[in-house]
Amino acid sequence: MDTGDTFELKVTPDRYLTVRYAGASGDFNPIHIDEEFAKQVGLPGRILHGLWTMAQVARAHTEALGGAGGPASLERLSVQFRGMGVMEEEVAVTGTVREVDSERAVVESQATQGGKRIIRNGEATIRL
Amino acid sequence: MAVNTDVIGKTYPPTLYAVGREKVKEYARAVGEHNPIHLDHEAARAAGFADVVAPPMFAVVYSNTAILPGLFDPEVGIDFAHMVHGSQEFRWGPLVVAGDEITTTGTLTDVSERGGMGFYVFETDSRNQDGETVCVGTWTNIVRTA
Repeated sequence: MDTGDTFELKVTPDRYLTVRYAGASGDFNPIHIDEEFAKQVGLPGRILHGLWTMAQVARAHTEALGGAGGPASLERLSVQFRGMGVMEEEVAVTGTVREVDSERAVVESQATQGGKRIIRNGEATIRL
Repeated sequence: MAVNTDVIGKTYPPTLYAVGREKVKEYARAVGEHNPIHLDHEAARAAGFADVVAPPMFAVVYSNTAILPGLFDPEVGIDFAHMVHGSQEFRWGPLVVAGDEITTTGTLTDVSERGGMGFYVFETDSRNQDGETVCVGTWTNIVRTA
């Protein structure tokens, strides 16, 4: 791994993704699973859970950079949530290795959907 | 909007979460994990783990209940209808596997007001049955003025 290396993960959430993620995570906020409720509170419709999108950022790191360490390689991940993600539109996670030494790498990342950033200022530390 | 900074440092009672094999698999499928150590206990055992391995972001599942009392604490006074999740950080220790029992303590570490918005920062400290810290989470929630 070298400074400047990049990676990408693309995933398109299907229309029932938020229902499955609500069950798996325990987050049943109706803005994610109830179309009418979401519209009543001024959203375009049901939106993605930000923590599902963060999980895609995490998975992008462990799959691209984790190597034999797999999930144990991820020591730290911080993100900022912006805007909102929707279903049935591709989410693209991109990352760039900013620093690397013999023990750790620091990686910057973001997630976009339809050209809009839904996660920004992602920063991770990877154990090598 | 006025925020109550007297509550900074308030800690909530610890929660206990027993990590189940099928729950880990359900979570791993929902977030699209492909690594068989998350999905197949025999593959996990072949890789040297006691059972299926929780993906790192499964931390959400075992730790989030520790901050719920704070989100709804009248003394903190969060207007839940106008709250958004602003940012999130996790720092991970040893991997969590099915069969582990995770105890999480939640603390309200900061309350501030900037630009008419309230910022509420919670920290969760999650430890396994051996007392090892498996995850520390920093959850920043922003409450917009109505």
